Amino acid sequence: MARPATLSAVVIGVVFFGLVGLLLYGVLVSDRADREALPSPLIGKPAPEFELPLLHQPGTLFSSQELRGQPYLLNVWGSWCPGCRVEHPVITRFAETRRVRVVGYNWKDEHADAMRWLEQFGNPYWLVLVDYDGRKAIDWGIYGAPETFLVDAAGIVRWKHVGPVDDTVLAESLGPVLDSLGVAR
Amino acid sequence: MIAALRRRCALPMAWLLAALLLAPGIAAAQAVRDAAPLQFQDAAEERRFHALVAELRCVMCQNQSLADSNAQIAHDLRREVFDLMRSGRSDDEIRSFLVERYGEFVLYRPRFSGHTALLWLAPGLLLLAGGVVVVRIVRARGKRPLTAEEEQEW
Repeated sequence: MARPATLSAVVIGVVFFGLVGLLLYGVLVSDRADREALPSPLIGKPAPEFELPLLHQPGTLFSSQELRGQPYLLNVWGSWCPGCRVEHPVITRFAETRRVRVVGYNWKDEHADAMRWLEQFGNPYWLVLVDYDGRKAIDWGIYGAPETFLVDAAGIVRWKHVGPVDDTVLAESLGPVLDSLGVAR
Repeated sequence: MIAALRRRCALPMAWLLAALLLAPGIAAAQAVRDAAPLQFQDAAEERRFHALVAELRCVMCQNQSLADSNAQIAHDLRREVFDLMRSGRSDDEIRSFLVERYGEFVLYRPRFSGHTALLWLAPGLLLLAGGVVVVRIVRARGKRPLTAEEEQEW
């Protein structure tokens, strides 16, 4: 007589507290700075192949094959993008350490604006690829700027960060991945 | 950091601001950036396109579908979907194309697999659990003799 009622109470309790727990988790997660960042399905997969013009040599096409053999950081930016200005000094400092090549990916921009931006703030990039209609960016799963990828020597995407890179991201997120790849400090 | 991420939405916002400030001059500038509107061959193609983009999520402004969003990336992805349709890809192939690049998140209707099983089954399981509880309570009450008050006829 009492048994079914107890069982029902247990089921109701489990469901109720389960839902409360789920909501609590949602509230806690909503506090995370990167809550809107999508995990990239490209991690651990080969980086997309491309042939893109270079910002400083508009006539020349640069092939992704030429980046093989050494890891590189691909930094997506545009002169229109305020977050890119925020991370620019951080990217510059990282590039100056010469741990890996930093390749710029000038996305949905205009040539004159991009050149002026680099002139004004400095050019930290080993070279700058140009994708103004944004077609190749879709292969990378790029959906905003700034975004930053790490591709290893074999052309495999190892890491991605959405939003401005800061010192904490470099030290706590990118650093360990670089170490695991055996990139010298 | 949150503010910085929010600033990622700056491209469409900047256009909006520019449009307000430079209303007369903006038409030409927009025309350069936005390609011509998509030209459909026939009504069937247009219906297929709209049905497809309505169930794809804009990755930038995440609570809008690809069909609704005005973000530049949504515009680019709509064009990509259109081009894939034109090149003879099926709806499923187009969905897979986007999932490979942006993840399962782009699908408003995620596919049934190991890690989405709970998502799909939870409503049914909850309903079942609720049903079991209701049946048990009703049965328990049925077995109990009525109290004097309950016996009373009105």
